[in-house]
Amino acid sequence: MTERVLMKGNEAIAEAAVAAGCDAYFGYPITPQAEILEWMARRMPELGRVFIQAESELGAINMALGAAATGARVLVSSSGPGISLMAEAMSYMAASELPMVLVNVMRGGPGLGSIQPSQSDYFQATKGHGHGDYHVPVLAPSSIAEAIELVPTAFEIAERYRTPVMILTDGSLGQAMEPVVPRFRALERPTFDWTLSGADGRPPRVVRSLHLKAEDLEAHNRVLQAKYHAIEGAEVRWAGERLDDAEIAIVAYGTAARVATTAMARARSAGLRVGLFRPISLWPFPSVALRALAPRLRAILVVELSAGQMVEDVRLAVEGGVPVHFYGRTGGMVPTPGEVVRAVETALFDPEVDPVSLVALAGGTR
Amino acid sequence: MTTETPTRTTRLESDESPRIVYQRPELLTDRSTHYCPGCGHGVVHRLIAEVLGEMGLGPRTIAVAPVGCAVFAYDYLGLDFCEAPHGRAPAVATGIRRVRPEAFVLSYQGDGDMAAIGTAEIVHAAARGELITAVFVNNGIYGMTGGQMAPTTLLGQKTTSSPGGREAVLHGYPLPITEMLALIPGVAYAARGSVLDPGTIGKTKAFLRRACEVQLEGTGFGIVEVISNCPVGWGMTPRQSMDWLRDNVAAVYPPGVIVDRGRPALSLPVASRPEAAADDA
Repeated sequence: MTERVLMKGNEAIAEAAVAAGCDAYFGYPITPQAEILEWMARRMPELGRVFIQAESELGAINMALGAAATGARVLVSSSGPGISLMAEAMSYMAASELPMVLVNVMRGGPGLGSIQPSQSDYFQATKGHGHGDYHVPVLAPSSIAEAIELVPTAFEIAERYRTPVMILTDGSLGQAMEPVVPRFRALERPTFDWTLSGADGRPPRVVRSLHLKAEDLEAHNRVLQAKYHAIEGAEVRWAGERLDDAEIAIVAYGTAARVATTAMARARSAGLRVGLFRPISLWPFPSVALRALAPRLRAILVVELSAGQMVEDVRLAVEGGVPVHFYGRTGGMVPTPGEVVRAVETALFDPEVDPVSLVALAGGTR
Repeated sequence: MTTETPTRTTRLESDESPRIVYQRPELLTDRSTHYCPGCGHGVVHRLIAEVLGEMGLGPRTIAVAPVGCAVFAYDYLGLDFCEAPHGRAPAVATGIRRVRPEAFVLSYQGDGDMAAIGTAEIVHAAARGELITAVFVNNGIYGMTGGQMAPTTLLGQKTTSSPGGREAVLHGYPLPITEMLALIPGVAYAARGSVLDPGTIGKTKAFLRRACEVQLEGTGFGIVEVISNCPVGWGMTPRQSMDWLRDNVAAVYPPGVIVDRGRPALSLPVASRPEAAADDA
């Protein structure tokens, strides 16, 4: 099947999960992710697989926890306010080492916020949703075609490392339709030695996160941290464009990277040597690659649909090696390519000016 | 009154070899529990081990452990177990049930877990008619955290967070969650037992067996509430706590079958039927 078809981002993610062999989907309506729920409501039953619209996001993710404990391949989706409710079980699933893929189609926050696209859940996604020392790999596609590729990758990472994995997209990528060649990828089914099936001819198994003895819990944390180090070593993903001769790199992911790509082309045609560094895995963050790039640059401009979240990881990565500027819009507002070009110019030629102040010049509300 | 569980081995008068009439159920691990002296959880664990063993369900059971004292149920019952976050056991059990249709799914919750933080999950699991057998141990208190007021705490009952006694105007009324669930058509069976004495324990065992049968029949959600005691949390001796259970708790939460919408069980893999105990108790 190589014909190009027009697909909506949310539906493409849902169908990619179906094709990957997702056994069960649990969800709850929230804008702007409802199309994933609706797609699965139709597709999963017709394939004889499990679909439940739960009583809440708490219900949905705990159903996922139970299903994952038996070795099922599970997908859950929501948006910011729902992800906040799921934070509890994410901590439990990370601690219990259960695989699952969770899609966050980000909307504006905080609070009930807005239903427009945003990237304001970066902290939540990468710094831990719930309590305790844990991480969850986070993959951020910047196109619908890439989302289709990353869904099976997310399941592979989840099952290889026994961990929840988050796909971080936003209302723009979720709602937009793009022509894609729907190369959906089916996955092999690994054999697990830890799943619950009933203690028939073997000792009982327990999926747990409780370790009341401090020594036991520290030992368990060491196991988790070793796993996170392995993920940091093997699962870093990023893409670069026109970085070879760049004197300034825009660092952006997801929808912000789409805007940055257009801005880069405009700036290039005006003679500015601009490149794009696009993190695809937000955790683990591509710090090493960015640090290696920094000495060749005069400046970095981080562009986000937030008040500045990923910019903190960029600054940590480059360790002061290059000035890091930031430009962002919030609340569902999306930076225009023109705004980003102006921010590039400011970063290069007037570095004393905080590019964020350009928001006011652009008529933004900040 | 006879019970199903005579307390000593008896030798038959004929010349047959000795017959064991009481022993540790196979599904109960050979391990001392961490429960306080006089606590009812151990009795409920034993009933589960007996019923699942007699019905031959152990090897296909996936159980869900609560948060609270009984989180360690997996140390005492030889079953596959999944921990659930506080209150979420019915959702976790739902996930297991739907992807493992061949499994027997049992969830175990206390009163704080089911009737406070987990009301949404239990109500909607029941509304979906999930084929789950829910065991609900109601001792009217948060035991593990030191004896705070629970949704099922009786009016007037003193706890560490209702030091003057529970008052309706301040703390609301005790929640009859099993009766509430029994209103839902998805609930095939709802009953309330007790750990008061051998007679009521035998009856509770019969309730538990029926709650398991409705799952096997596929008729819907089954729940058995067991009113139980918490001597330490209640600030009583075990003996006093049993008097309180009989005189006060059972008056608010009366034992008995609340609803049975299931089909009569005809050809189930049940090793021994519960009628005798149920009739006697």
